[in-house]
Amino acid sequence: MADPMRIRAQAAGDKTTVRVLMAHEMETGQRKDAAGKTIPAWFIQEVTAQLNGKTVLTAQWGPSVAKNPFLQFNLKGAKAGDKIGISWVDNKGDKRSDEATVS
Amino acid sequence: MRHTLIIAAAVVLAGPALAQQKSAADGIAEYRAMLADGNPAELFEAKGEDLWKKKRGPKNASMEQCDLGKGQGVVKGAFVELPRYFADTAKVQDLESRLLTCMERLQGFDAAAIAKTPFGKGEQLSMEGLTAWISAESRGLKFNLPQAHADERKTYELGKRAFFYRGGPYDFSCASCHGQPDKRIRLQDLPELTRNPGNGVGFAAWPAYRVSSGEMWSMQRRLNDCYRQQRFPYPGYVSDVTIALGVYMGVNAQGAESIAPALKR
Repeated sequence: MADPMRIRAQAAGDKTTVRVLMAHEMETGQRKDAAGKTIPAWFIQEVTAQLNGKTVLTAQWGPSVAKNPFLQFNLKGAKAGDKIGISWVDNKGDKRSDEATVS
Repeated sequence: MRHTLIIAAAVVLAGPALAQQKSAADGIAEYRAMLADGNPAELFEAKGEDLWKKKRGPKNASMEQCDLGKGQGVVKGAFVELPRYFADTAKVQDLESRLLTCMERLQGFDAAAIAKTPFGKGEQLSMEGLTAWISAESRGLKFNLPQAHADERKTYELGKRAFFYRGGPYDFSCASCHGQPDKRIRLQDLPELTRNPGNGVGFAAWPAYRVSSGEMWSMQRRLNDCYRQQRFPYPGYVSDVTIALGVYMGVNAQGAESIAPALKR
């Protein structure tokens, strides 16, 4: 099981800023280990954001995204107390979902 | 008319030159500010807090009884007073050597084996998390290392000697790079560590997350890499000389505000 994400969601008027830190190796598949063998690619492929269970953002990611990626986006219409859910799936089929409350 | 044209041309020429001067150090600062909001060190902090409270090791115990210098289980404010003298081990210890003591005594881990483990592997991964979390618990506090015990003062003097000790194929010492203000390696400003270099600079900025390698570096790992860059032999993990350097830098940084775990290039 992957490590938990850190999610912060702050509402200011109509605009909510969501900041997400994900723990992931994000291996490109281009690097070689000490023995000269290629390290297989391992990266987050799909990211989904939900507001109270309704999908508000989906993103397709590739191997060029950095290790331990940071994602920030703005959202309209969320209120304090609403639930923001973020989930990702990587190319090995590993998943992780976490939730935070808008403050 | 002719005059104004010449003046205008001069202004245009000066423009890019000024912009370039600004971009060297300021560009890096801007980049850091952009990344600071999402410092991945937070992920390590969360892991560290969990490791502190979780029952682990051969003795299946948590670290919550560990004394970091401010009493059993007190984490807040402990980081800015380390390294310090501990009566139970009769040694001056930095955060990492103290954690090793606790991991051995409370949890039953083999401290010597962890000290031999390469950085970023096995139980060294636990150290990354623990140091990140414990330093974060003192974020914004000012360094105030105790120097009341004779051993603490002795260790400071030892650290000072190690800092100015020149050797290796380049005839380098720590002071070669960190003994004067306004020095840099490529675009990285080098703090002057013989005095307080300011809030959140030098000793007050480690542990830190290195963006370029995606790794969490503790002070021990930072010093290890300093020795590599000097082409010295690698110092042992939590060896006397690394702890002494910690005391030297920490006492010099008296009053500096800790921003650890920080974010580095």
